[in-house]
Amino acid sequence: MTGRGLVVVLPYMWLLLFFVVPFVIVLKISFSDIDLAIPPYKPLLEWVGKNSLAIKLNFNNYVFLFTDGLYVKAFLNSIKVAFISTVLCLLVGYPMAYGIARAKPKWRNILLLLVILPFWTSLLLRVYAWIGLLKGNGLINIALLSLKIIHEPLTMLYTPFAMYVGIVYSYLPFFILPLYANLEKMDWQLLEAAQDLGCRPWQAFYKITLPLSRNGILAGSMLVFIPAVGEFVIPALLGGPNALMIGRVLWDEFFSNRAWPVASAVAILLLILLVPFMMWYQSVQARESAGER
Amino acid sequence: MNYKSSYFILTCLGFGLAFLYIPILSMVVFSFNASKLVTVWDSAHSPTLKWYYALLNNEEILDAAWISLKVAVINASGSVILGTLAGFGLARFSQFRGRFTLNAMTTAPLVMPEVITGLSLLLLFVALEQLIGWPAGRGITTMTIGHMTFSMAYVTVIVNSRLATFDTALEEAAMDLGARPLKVFFVITLPIIFPAILSGWLLAFTLSWDDLVISSFTSGPGSSTLPMVVFSKVRLGVSPEINVLATITITVVTLMIVGVSLWMARMAKLDKATVS
Amino acid sequence: MTTSAGAAVKAAPWKDPTSRPYVQVEHITKSFGDFKAVNDVSLKIYQGEIFCLLGASGCGKTTLLRMLGGFETPSAGKIFIDGEDMTGVPPYERPVNMMFQSYALFPHMNVEQNVAFGLKQDRIPKPQIQERVATMLDLVKMGDFAKRKPHQLSGGQRQRVALARSLVKRPKLLLLDEPLGALDKKLREHTQFELISLQDKLGVTFVVVTHDQEEAMTLASRIGVMNHGEIVQAGTPSEIYEFPSSKFVADFVGSVNMFEGKLIEDEPEYVRIGSEELGGTIYVSHGISAPPEAIVWAAVRPEKIFMSTAPPSGTDNVARGAVQDIAYLGDLSIYLVKLPTGKVVRVTQPNTSRHAEAITWDQLVYLSWDATSPVVVTR
Repeated sequence: MTGRGLVVVLPYMWLLLFFVVPFVIVLKISFSDIDLAIPPYKPLLEWVGKNSLAIKLNFNNYVFLFTDGLYVKAFLNSIKVAFISTVLCLLVGYPMAYGIARAKPKWRNILLLLVILPFWTSLLLRVYAWIGLLKGNGLINIALLSLKIIHEPLTMLYTPFAMYVGIVYSYLPFFILPLYANLEKMDWQLLEAAQDLGCRPWQAFYKITLPLSRNGILAGSMLVFIPAVGEFVIPALLGGPNALMIGRVLWDEFFSNRAWPVASAVAILLLILLVPFMMWYQSVQARESAGER
Repeated sequence: MNYKSSYFILTCLGFGLAFLYIPILSMVVFSFNASKLVTVWDSAHSPTLKWYYALLNNEEILDAAWISLKVAVINASGSVILGTLAGFGLARFSQFRGRFTLNAMTTAPLVMPEVITGLSLLLLFVALEQLIGWPAGRGITTMTIGHMTFSMAYVTVIVNSRLATFDTALEEAAMDLGARPLKVFFVITLPIIFPAILSGWLLAFTLSWDDLVISSFTSGPGSSTLPMVVFSKVRLGVSPEINVLATITITVVTLMIVGVSLWMARMAKLDKATVS
Repeated sequence: MTTSAGAAVKAAPWKDPTSRPYVQVEHITKSFGDFKAVNDVSLKIYQGEIFCLLGASGCGKTTLLRMLGGFETPSAGKIFIDGEDMTGVPPYERPVNMMFQSYALFPHMNVEQNVAFGLKQDRIPKPQIQERVATMLDLVKMGDFAKRKPHQLSGGQRQRVALARSLVKRPKLLLLDEPLGALDKKLREHTQFELISLQDKLGVTFVVVTHDQEEAMTLASRIGVMNHGEIVQAGTPSEIYEFPSSKFVADFVGSVNMFEGKLIEDEPEYVRIGSEELGGTIYVSHGISAPPEAIVWAAVRPEKIFMSTAPPSGTDNVARGAVQDIAYLGDLSIYLVKLPTGKVVRVTQPNTSRHAEAITWDQLVYLSWDATSPVVVTR
C-alpha cells in the first residue's frame, strides 16, 4: 500500500527529525561537560588513537541535580503547584463547563465563544494584566481599600498566590473545553431516570454525571497539569524570585548560566517525570474515542 | 434541574466569566489613561490616545510585529499541510507501519512543556549547524520550523476528529461513480472538511503569533518576535504601551471571531430560506 | 436486449442450463481475521433480474454486496460481471454503481451536480451531460429540484436523487443497500412499485440487500436468503415462501407453524408424520427423502389453516384448541390457538364479511388444513 505510506511520510519524517531527534541530542548533551566554547559543551565522542572511539558519559550533571537541594525542591514545588492548580481549575471549571453544556443551544454557542475568546488573545498580555491588578498599588488593592475591606494594601504580586491565579487563569479554557466536549455528549435523560427512581438532584449528579464525565475530567486535568509543571512565563512574571519552578530553573540555567549540559539534564528528568502522565492522557483519549464508536 | 442548583451554576458561570474578562477589560480601560502610573487614573488628562501614537511609532515593536506576522503566516500554512496529511492518515488508515509512533508524535507536543521543546530544538539546530552547516545561525527559519513542529500537532487533532465524523460513504460513492482516490480527496473530502482546516490555520497562526518560549530558544540576533519584545518590557513592570497593544490585539481578535460567527450564521439562514 | 424483472421471471433463465449468467459469483469467501463474514458463496444472477439478498443483520449480505461493488476484496473466489473477471477491480473501474443506505449525496454540491458527477469522471462532453442529467431527473420526478442542495430535501427526495445519480451512467449492475430502510411505511410501499417500474424502463440488473422480507417479496424476481455468511436458499418469492428448504428459511420468511414429529409412513406419493406437539398425525401429499428414523418438521403457514366451530372430517391434519389471543389488523385477524399439548398455533383469517360468526377469546375451535399445505423440512 505505497499510496498510504506516501500520505503520512512527510509529517512522519518532519516530526522524526524536528521532534524526536532533538530529544536524543538533549540526552546526549546531558551527559557532557560544560565548556567555555561555542557551543558551550564538550563533545561526547573522542577519537583515542587511530581506531578507537571513546564515549565519555558524564553523570556529573545528574548527580549535581539530585544532590543540590535547589533542584529537588524545584521539581517537587513544580509538581505541587501544578497539582493544586489542576484542582483549582477543576473546582472553577467544572461548574462552568456543566453550565454551558446544559444551556439552551442558542446560549451555548455564545458562552463557548466567550470562554474561547480570551484564549485567542495573547497569553503573555493577559498574564501581564494581572500584574496591574495584583500589585501593591494595583486595581484590586485600590478597590479593597476604597471599600474599607482592608486598611493596608495586600501583598499579592510576586507571591505563590499570584502564580496560582495566573496559572488557573491561563489554563482554565484548556480544562473547560475537553470537559465540555465530554459533557455535551451526555444523555441528560439518565438524570431524569435517576430522579424518577428516587434520586435527589445532587445525588444524581454525584452518582451519574460525575462518573460519566470522568474521561473529560481526566483529559482536562492532563491538559492543565502536564504543561503547568514545566510552566515558565507565569512564574517569571507573577511568581517573584522565590517561585521555584523547574521551567524557570531550566531557562535560567540555559540563558543566564550558559550551562547547557545541566539544562539538558533538567529537561531529561522533567521529561521522564512527565512521560507517564502523557501516556495516561493518550490512553484516556483512546478510551474516549473507542467509546464513541 | 431545580432552581437551587441552576442558580448555583449560573453564579459560577457568571463569576468564571468575570474572572476571565476583568483583566482584559482593565487593560483596555487603562490604555486610555494619560498617567504613566498605569493603575492611577489621571482624570485631568484622560482619556487620551497619546499611548496609541507612541506605540504606532515604536520601531522596535513594529519590527517585531512584522517578524511575528511573517513567521505566523508561513507556520500556519505549512502546519495545515503537514497536519492535514497526518490527520487524514491517522483517521483513514487504521493500520500502517509507524502508526503508533505518528500518533504519539502528534499528541505529545500538545501537552509537552514548551521549555523542553524549545531547548531540544535549539540543540538540534546547533548540532545540525556543526554537522552540515545548515541552518547557518538561528533566525526566522529556525523559529518557523520550531513553530510548525508543535502547531502541526494541533492541526492533526482537529483534522483527525473532523474526519472521524465524516461519512466515508461519501468517498465510496465518489469512487463508485468513477473518481480515483486522489481526485476524491480534492473534490469531495477537502471541500467538506474545509471549515476544520480553516480553523486549524487560524489556531496555528494564533499559537505562533503568541509564542514566547520556543521563539526565545530558536531565534537569533535581529529576529525578535513581538512576544519576546513584550516580555522584555513587562519583566520590568507595567507599561502603558503594552496596554495599548493588548487593546488592539483584543479588538482585532474579537472583531474577527464575531465576524466569522455572524457570517456562518448568515450562511445557515440563507440555506434554510431556500427550502420550501 | 433489455428485459424487465417481470419478463425475467417469466423467462426464468435460471432454469435454463444454457443461458449465460450476467453476474457470476464463484466460491466467494471474505474473512476478517478468524471471522468469515461470507463463507463460500456461489451465485448466478441473470440480466434484467431484481435479485434480493435477504437476511438478518450480520448475515453477510452487505459484505457480499460490497464485494460486488469493489469496496471489499474477496479473501477467496472470483466475481464475473458480463463475462469479465472483476475480482479485485477497484470501484472506479467497474461498470457497477451503488445506491448507498445513507444516500451519500455530496453536501457541497446541488442535485444537478450530484447527478452529473459520475458523467464528469468519464469526461463526457458538457452538453451531453446536461441532457442526460435532465432526462434522469425527470424520470425520478426531481426535475424542479435541480438547484437545491441535499440538506434542503426531504428523505424521500434525497433517495430519488441518489437513485438518479447511480443510474445515470447506465451501469451494467446496480447495487442497492437497504434502499427503503429510511422511509416510512406508506412511502416505502409507493417507492417499491416505483423502483420496479424504473427498473422495467431502464432494464438494469438490480441486486438489492434488505432485512425486510416484505420488501424482498415485493421487489424481487429471485431472493437469496442468507444466514451466517452462506446462501441457504435461492429462488423466486413463491418458491421461498411455499417450499422453504429449511426451518430457518421457513421461519424467516413470513410466519410459520412448525410441528416436530417422526415419520410413521414413508411412501413415494405421501408421508404420514406423527407429531407429539400437534397431538395427532400430519398427512402430506408428496414424498420426501429422509432416513427412516429422522426427526422432521412439518411447516404449515397460518393462512392455510381453516378454523371452525364444527369438527372437520378426517383424522389427519386436524387439531382442537382454545383461542388464546386475537390481533385485529383490519384486513385480517391473527388468532393464537393453544392446543392441549401446550403448543400455540398461529392462524390468520381474512375478515371477509362483517357478519361472520365472531370467534372470541377462550372459544374452543377446530383447526384443519389441506394435505397439500404442509412443507416437510429435515433441517
